[in-house]
Amino acid sequence: MKALAKNRETWLLAAIALLVAVIALRFPAFARPGNLLSVFNDTSILIILALGQMAVILTRSIDLSMASNLAFTGMAVAMTNAAYPEIPVVLLIVMAMAVGTALGALNGALVWKLGIPPIVVTLGTLTIFRGATFVLSGGAWVNADQMSQGFIALPRTAILGLPMLSWFAIAAIAAFHLLMTRTALGRSIYAAGINPTAAVYAGIDVGRTKFLAFCLSGMVAGLSGYLWISRYVIASVEVANGYELSIIAACVIGGVSIAGGIGSVAGAGLGALFLGIIGSALPVINISPFWQLAISGSAIILAVVLNARGERRQGRIILRRAEA
Amino acid sequence: MTTDTARHVPDRLDSPLRSAVFSWEMLLVLVAVAIFIVNSISSPYFLNAWSLSDLTFNFTEKGLIALAMALLIIAGEIDLSVAAIIALASTLMGMALQAGADTPLLVAIGIGVGLLCGAFNGLLVTRLGLPSIVVTIGTMSLFRGIAYIILGDQAYKGYPQNFAFFGQGYVGWVISFELTLFLAAAVVFWFLLHRTSFGRAVFAIGNNPVASAFSGVRVERVKFILFLLTGLMSGIAAVLITSRLGSTRPSIAQGYELEVITMVVLGGVNILGGAGSILGVVLAAFIMGLVTFGLGLMNVPGIVMSIFVGLLLIAVIALPIIWSRFRERRA
Repeated sequence: MKALAKNRETWLLAAIALLVAVIALRFPAFARPGNLLSVFNDTSILIILALGQMAVILTRSIDLSMASNLAFTGMAVAMTNAAYPEIPVVLLIVMAMAVGTALGALNGALVWKLGIPPIVVTLGTLTIFRGATFVLSGGAWVNADQMSQGFIALPRTAILGLPMLSWFAIAAIAAFHLLMTRTALGRSIYAAGINPTAAVYAGIDVGRTKFLAFCLSGMVAGLSGYLWISRYVIASVEVANGYELSIIAACVIGGVSIAGGIGSVAGAGLGALFLGIIGSALPVINISPFWQLAISGSAIILAVVLNARGERRQGRIILRRAEA
Repeated sequence: MTTDTARHVPDRLDSPLRSAVFSWEMLLVLVAVAIFIVNSISSPYFLNAWSLSDLTFNFTEKGLIALAMALLIIAGEIDLSVAAIIALASTLMGMALQAGADTPLLVAIGIGVGLLCGAFNGLLVTRLGLPSIVVTIGTMSLFRGIAYIILGDQAYKGYPQNFAFFGQGYVGWVISFELTLFLAAAVVFWFLLHRTSFGRAVFAIGNNPVASAFSGVRVERVKFILFLLTGLMSGIAAVLITSRLGSTRPSIAQGYELEVITMVVLGGVNILGGAGSILGVVLAAFIMGLVTFGLGLMNVPGIVMSIFVGLLLIAVIALPIIWSRFRERRA
């Protein structure tokens, strides 16, 4: 089973390499290391978000509120920065992660304590968080000239030739890899998704595991809130509107099964990278950016077809709908 | 969820009257009446035949789709691509207009595109056995993506005069064509779900697809028809909204899918499938219209309204759960 899972990431990596090669055939500049690194940098936020979404989807849940959480947290830190420029940026990042975690915990608590289906909860909080962003800001924008120098400069600061933004993504990948493969929480997340009934008998609190997964997705959404605002240097109510579907798309393309329990950090990261490469390649090969939506839609459908074939071979479910 | 307490077994079933009084639909009626009263008190412009008529435009298009979506969700599936179907259907109607199509042809194209998109979703879900939530996230991007490829940042305008009737016309006094169509469709869907063997099959599939299949229900075919119906209603909604706005942009009806699903869930349909009623969905449609219109009269911006809709969605589902826990603890 592990070899099979490994296989899927290898295939995805091959697909990405093929994609880059095809583009490079016509436009060699695209495949230069420098350009590929900048594509990675552009995709960093999507990668970070996809990792959080993956944790939630693994527990048979879904978080539709991530983009709204990002907008709210981003607005909160931008306004804090505009009002109190003397607060160090590191503290603002901690604040962003705390606010994001709190919003994620709200989702998680509704799922855990009241047993409301995650899709309903996060459908509700999707609109509530974005509405709250409007209430918080009064509909006003926070512009570049209102933000402090340090606030804007941090994701652009280069360390070892890579911008901090890329390092954030790399750190998130490393942290999630350790979390998912080396900790009890990571194993519980897989167990709760692959077979909730067996997980309960194994002494895992499935509800609590879901709650913690939502806290994780909230935390990365909050972190991404700061990263997004400081990268695009504008905070408005419309930030990342509709982005929740790109995040889910990255997971699906990365082989994370919507039925829970199947998926990996490498897969989610590569899925995000795949979308990122398509997005940055279109202008290079002179295709109108209006094609992007249709292409990523086709990629999702193709990925689901391939996922379904891969999952069918395992024959893992015996007591599918025993009491969950 | 298992509970430690022994299950209480009643020695007789509730009387029909008692179950009607304590039903979800009755709760919705009370909520609707409460919002109606609050609206009447807070705005002097609310209690007026034309205001109330305008109010219905807030939900008729989404409500039409919600009727079909309710059946789909009861059967355990979902369609997130409905708003994208509207965008694609409206865009192709605009293209046909450019080529000189007249009103009957425009309507036929809108409905035809809806049916084709629904069939595409249905084929992917039933023939390939894929989870509908992911399939329709994909087709949602695909359908709207095609609309963007065709239109880009342009818009189609100049729909014929007689085309405007569908979205702007009145059949008599203040009763709009859209409202009439919605109520007629509600009756049809009520009959289909609650009075036909097809409707029983929909409930059966939602409760236990395997048992349904062994009972002779053609599960895949029923699901395919439901996707087709959802596509059809989205096509009809595309005709109405294009006619009402008189123009087509690829961003048309953005975010409608979430409002439609909110309507369905608010109407008491179990998001996990197996339970729900058309009456509940119709009441939920009216409630959503009342809330948004009432807040609009109070000059509350649209985005703040969405907070109320989100809270309503969570509260209406959470409160009965909290209430039953509270009663359990007291008992």
